[in-house]
Amino acid sequence: MENSGLNFILQAAFWGTVALTVAGAAIAIFPKNILYNVLGLALALTGIAGFYLFLGSLFVALMQLLIYVGAICIAIVFAIMLSRPLHIEAPARPTGKVLLGILASVVFFVGAVGVALKTKWTPAAGHVYKASQWSVEHVGDALLTRYELVFEVISLVLLVAIIGAVITAGFSRRISS
Amino acid sequence: MSEGLLGSEWFRLILGLLIVLAFSQLNALFLVWLERKVAGHLQLRPGPMEVGPHGLLQTIADGVKLVGKELILPFKADRKLFFLAPVMVFMPVLVGFLVLPFSRGLIIRDMNVGVLLVFAFSTITVLAILTGGWASNNKYALLGAVRSVAQNVAYEIPLLLAVLSVVLVVHSLSFAKIVEYQKTVWFIFLQPLAGLIYLIAATAETNRAPFDIPEAESELVAGFHTEYSGMGFGLFFLAEYTNMFIVCAVATSLFFGGWNGLFGISLGIPGVFWFLLKTYFLIFVIMWVRWTFPRVRFDQLMNFSWKVMIPLSLANIVITAIVVKII
Repeated sequence: MENSGLNFILQAAFWGTVALTVAGAAIAIFPKNILYNVLGLALALTGIAGFYLFLGSLFVALMQLLIYVGAICIAIVFAIMLSRPLHIEAPARPTGKVLLGILASVVFFVGAVGVALKTKWTPAAGHVYKASQWSVEHVGDALLTRYELVFEVISLVLLVAIIGAVITAGFSRRISS
Repeated sequence: MSEGLLGSEWFRLILGLLIVLAFSQLNALFLVWLERKVAGHLQLRPGPMEVGPHGLLQTIADGVKLVGKELILPFKADRKLFFLAPVMVFMPVLVGFLVLPFSRGLIIRDMNVGVLLVFAFSTITVLAILTGGWASNNKYALLGAVRSVAQNVAYEIPLLLAVLSVVLVVHSLSFAKIVEYQKTVWFIFLQPLAGLIYLIAATAETNRAPFDIPEAESELVAGFHTEYSGMGFGLFFLAEYTNMFIVCAVATSLFFGGWNGLFGISLGIPGVFWFLLKTYFLIFVIMWVRWTFPRVRFDQLMNFSWKVMIPLSLANIVITAIVVKII
């Protein structure tokens, strides 16, 4: 009986996390105020960190918090600070851009749904709580053996982003001076 | 069987939370008093003297005053975010207490990723400061918030790199293991550069002078909490002083041997006293620094982090990795 009580708490916590993530995602999209969007995004990403906890990896959950909430959201905040003030009326978006945006999100959505439908999902019950499986050692090992290529490609993407940022900043500085 | 387990676990959780809450309040009260005393004596004046012996009850009187004050919502401020920010700023601070190793066996939860936990949650503080500064709809508050974000991004990197060099040596992210490793020699002797970088970056992370540009009184009134009154301001203040304690406690466990005595000589003093003694000494050093050095300019602050601290900490981590591999 006590066990079912614990189970109920676990279930409630899980669905609470789901609600938090979805609510965060909704806040990230719908309000017109861009700071609300960022905070919504931070909430959604924190919810995802909660899912990692349910999957049994505290380490991955904390990394998610550190990188996505701590770094990515703050980086977005930086971008917002460089944008126009909120009280100035934004010009209407050109239709072409809106269409392109819709196209890109439809492609992504179809892809994501396709992957989700094609994957053979197995119940997590079998491998939850095997903390050792997703410990720091295991994640580090996997990153430098099986996922070595992905790891290196990601660093390449980051390198491209850094070079792009340097060029963009240098270019605008040369124009202004 | 499960009934007793559940009962005791809940009991431990609630008791731990209550102790942490009470401790953080008392600690903040004491630190505010200490700050005023240190400031006073460094400037050849006695500091608060009137309320209680040597003004010891002064901050309690101030605290009661703060609780009694009206919460004022500025005209045109964002209502929801304005009240969310002080709550948000206090949350990560409480989480930090979960893993602090006060003594052998006196840790609420010794997690194998404890170090990561403290730093992962501390990033939320920046988000809270930004929310508060932006929601106030005040240009000084916003400027303070913007500065705080820029500063925290710049100093988070050397801070984490300095911590990482300790983690590299110990091969663990658990506070208990790191402290255990320093039984005879503290890390401040093995990793003096990392220790120094940590202390400097931690001072900047807690927005303390000489890095207090987010709340520079002479330029920005009070920075991000300009518009807050009553306990809204009180929570920001409480979070700042509790944050200081956590930062110094982490420094104690990472670099100054935690509950261990100097060179393994404990003099029969219990570990928790060693830990608190070292932590409060570090806090005193940070206060001492605040009342000794003038505030740095914003460009100096940024240059110092990106051009001095980050290259140094990167070099330190590479050298540490090589040495660890060879030995």
